[in-house]
Amino acid sequence: MKQLSLKRKRSIIGYSFIFPWIIGFLLFTLIPFVYSLFLSFQQVKITPSGIVTTNVKWENYIYAFRTDLEFMQVLLKFLRELVISTPIIIVFALIIALLLNQPIRLRTIFRMVFFLPVIIASGPVIMDLMDQGVTSIPAIEEYALFSAVITNTEGGLQSVLTYLMDNLVIILWYSGVQILIFLAGLQKMDQQVYEAAKIDGASNWECFWKVTLPALVPMIVVNLIYTIVTYSIFALNPVVEHIQNHMFEVSTGFGYASALSWIYFVVITLVLLIGAGLMMIQGRKTAARGGV
Amino acid sequence: MVKVKHEHTGRKFINVGIWMKAKSFLFGVQGNQGFLLKLFVYLLLIGIGFVYLYPLIYMGSYSLKSLENLLNPLISWIPTALYLDNYVTAFQVLNFWTTLLQTLYVTVIPAVAQTVIAAIIGYGFARYQFPLKKILFVLVLITFIIPPQVLMIPRYVFFNELDLIGSIFAFLLPAAAGQGLNSTIFILIFYQFFRMMPQALEEAAYLDGAGNFRVFLTIAIPMAVPAIIISFLFSFVWYWNETTLASLYFGNSLTTLPVELQKFSETFSEMSSTETAAQNINEGISLAGTMLSILPLLVVYLFTQKWFVEGVDRSGITGE
Repeated sequence: MKQLSLKRKRSIIGYSFIFPWIIGFLLFTLIPFVYSLFLSFQQVKITPSGIVTTNVKWENYIYAFRTDLEFMQVLLKFLRELVISTPIIIVFALIIALLLNQPIRLRTIFRMVFFLPVIIASGPVIMDLMDQGVTSIPAIEEYALFSAVITNTEGGLQSVLTYLMDNLVIILWYSGVQILIFLAGLQKMDQQVYEAAKIDGASNWECFWKVTLPALVPMIVVNLIYTIVTYSIFALNPVVEHIQNHMFEVSTGFGYASALSWIYFVVITLVLLIGAGLMMIQGRKTAARGGV
Repeated sequence: MVKVKHEHTGRKFINVGIWMKAKSFLFGVQGNQGFLLKLFVYLLLIGIGFVYLYPLIYMGSYSLKSLENLLNPLISWIPTALYLDNYVTAFQVLNFWTTLLQTLYVTVIPAVAQTVIAAIIGYGFARYQFPLKKILFVLVLITFIIPPQVLMIPRYVFFNELDLIGSIFAFLLPAAAGQGLNSTIFILIFYQFFRMMPQALEEAAYLDGAGNFRVFLTIAIPMAVPAIIISFLFSFVWYWNETTLASLYFGNSLTTLPVELQKFSETFSEMSSTETAAQNINEGISLAGTMLSILPLLVVYLFTQKWFVEGVDRSGITGE
């Protein structure tokens, strides 16, 4: 009996520790979340006496898909860039982490350099750098080989390549946190597994694919989620800009902007689910193969 | 003498020995890396490091160039003379000191609030068992995925009703309730930290009759200093770099350096049109503005980079 009451007391104290979060969650997340869903079905007018809403059902959503061509355009552009950039960021972060995991000198300096962009990369700073054209790799377009590749590729691939070249530095700048996550994962790896694999005659190359990579799958998933989330909420994102512009436009207002933000939210969630799902399946496959 | 003797006894053997040594030096042996591989790793790291720093180097160089230097195609990296006028101009356009103080005001206070609340919540999740704990924890994780754009409008309406638009409370209140920028990450950092911390000391304190909150304040918190520093620094940097929400919530009454940078050329043309000698903005001036706006962060980073790097290790994302 006394045991039970002690347990109860402990759980009450536990609740009192997370109580601020529960209040905050209700006030600043759950209620706004529901309210924004509600607004997305409304026509919102701001009058001196307050906000007046009229129900317009699916009108806002229909408008977004049928009439607002610009939104569809920026959304598709964002999706394309996301699909191109995310794998590059993750693969690049993994390569850098593998390099930094070697026994090298000045590791601290290198880590400092690779993490630096996380500190300074605010929207306006990147905007300025893009305006000055320093976000593409220095003078890479002048190389004959490269221009030959660009001119000889087909339309779709060509635009992908041009996008990459123009924004390479910025794409790489997104990978600071990811590098450190991979690095931490690599350093926690059990060295004995490698020794055992080496004794069995595995080369470094085989070790990477059969030992390192399967062990890194959870970290790849974390990085995938982190990359997609940070990429999609970044201030320079054209979709975010579009939503913000519509907030204060008289003809559309809060209702339409809410609908746009919900479409955006659903799209991001779908991308996250697909990405994480693919990784999990792939991870399970490699794990199974490694087991055999 | 000895060497000569050696050479006599088996020249062929020595040749093979040198070759083996050279081979192991260049390509490495089991468990040790060869020179070539090492060289390759260093070259790659330095090359990529250069690409990383290239925009910064460019910024530093161009912001020190006078107009003649900018226009002269023969001068690429090193300006002919140290030209600081760009910085003087940018300093005035940004209204540097006032803006810096305001920026610190709206970033440091929410960052402190966010850190304090994350420590409390993280401790609660790490040390106590209570009903619905799992569901609540999942909810904490989910809040990370909800884009701020979805919550932005209702929060704006809410703050507007309370007349808090244009005051620091628009940042401070969500931060103080664990719903600020990336709060989830900070809660996770503390959760992981307190779980790894041995419980023995706390148990000893309970035996001595200390209450739960006293144990938290006098034992858990002092031990969590690394996590506190990490959370504060990350929170500070993220609030500093947030411009979408800052320009929306603060309107015209408060401003931050990045927000000022956003309207840099606007402010510049306004300022120069009032003066008689109208001057055109050039890349030198605008890059000096960019440089000034990141300078405080660079200084902070220079002294605290260790904590940033360790922060990711400690967040425990990699643990489970």
